[in-house]
Amino acid sequence: MVGIVIISHSKKLAEGVKELVLQMVREGVKIEAVGGVAADPKALGTDPLRVKEAIEKVFDEKGVLIVGDFGSAILSARVALKMLPEEKRKLVAIANAPLVEGAFAAAVEASTGGDLESVKEAAEEARNLKKI
Amino acid sequence: MSDINVLTSQDVYEIIFRIFDVIKENEKYLTDLDAAIGDADHGINMTRGFKLATERLKELNPSSDVGTIFNTVGMALLETVGGAAGPLYGMWFMNMAQVVMGKSELDKKTIAEILEAGLKGVQDIGGGTQPGEKTMVDAIYPALEELKKAAEDESVSLLEALRRAAEAAEKGMKATIPMIAKRGRASYLGERSRGHQDPGATSSYLIIKTFYDYLKEKTGQS
Ligand SMILES: [Mg+2]
Repeated sequence: MVGIVIISHSKKLAEGVKELVLQMVREGVKIEAVGGVAADPKALGTDPLRVKEAIEKVFDEKGVLIVGDFGSAILSARVALKMLPEEKRKLVAIANAPLVEGAFAAAVEASTGGDLESVKEAAEEARNLKKI
Repeated sequence: MSDINVLTSQDVYEIIFRIFDVIKENEKYLTDLDAAIGDADHGINMTRGFKLATERLKELNPSSDVGTIFNTVGMALLETVGGAAGPLYGMWFMNMAQVVMGKSELDKKTIAEILEAGLKGVQDIGGGTQPGEKTMVDAIYPALEELKKAAEDESVSLLEALRRAAEAAEKGMKATIPMIAKRGRASYLGERSRGHQDPGATSSYLIIKTFYDYLKEKTGQS
């Protein structure tokens, strides 16, 4: 099953998104949440080294999808990718998707056995989701 | 004037401590620049990053090579800076490290090479950032152009090469003022980002200038 990494500047936000996703998608989806800066618990930010660790935790031969909030979350994801060995790197993708809806749609698709490409697509299509 | 043609690993080690001092002195300035077009944390973040970098350097074997020094700095920045500057400056230093692993002396040409590798890292992680987009690249790119020219010119000393690089970085930094931001959180402001100097270009200039200031002092010129 494709693993999912959620990155937010705020640890609370990342963990909240994970909580929300797990409540709705229960079929053992592999999901990790990272956010904040270890050196200063009050500071908002992202840490590429912990993103890399999260990728490794949920790593699956079907791949890993990263869904981030914005800015440095995406930059941190790019650095984390560079730090992975080549054979793992090609199995990791970064979604150009809204955080909450994207993570949820990705988890649904992953839990039904979708491959990395379809999980990424599901996350990215979530931006078109109509709420009203 | 005694001509110094290389920066040794000991010089680079001291320059990192100097950069920490300079960033700390400019912490409020950088944060104020960031407050105008970003999220008001650049000075705080960079100070936190270089603080950890110097702490990690203190644990290093003093005879470590330049690559190890840069790599230690890069990892510390990745880990602690937090904002976009973390990945960007982290990759800057880690890419520089890759060029000079095992080296204990940097000449003009090598300094141009490491800056080129560093700039490439910054551009990559930023998603293909080009000059003119109101970012760090606007300070680093012109400095690299000067260094490359100086590296080809036998008559230019290392000190003069670094002086020209610092001067070009300063010009590049100031040139960000009228630019519209195309990257990062400032880009959400669009037209309203005009009229403000980019905080990332400013910290990049300060770092490049510190290399020059250090060597100027060591050479005993003013
Ligand atoms: Mg900021």
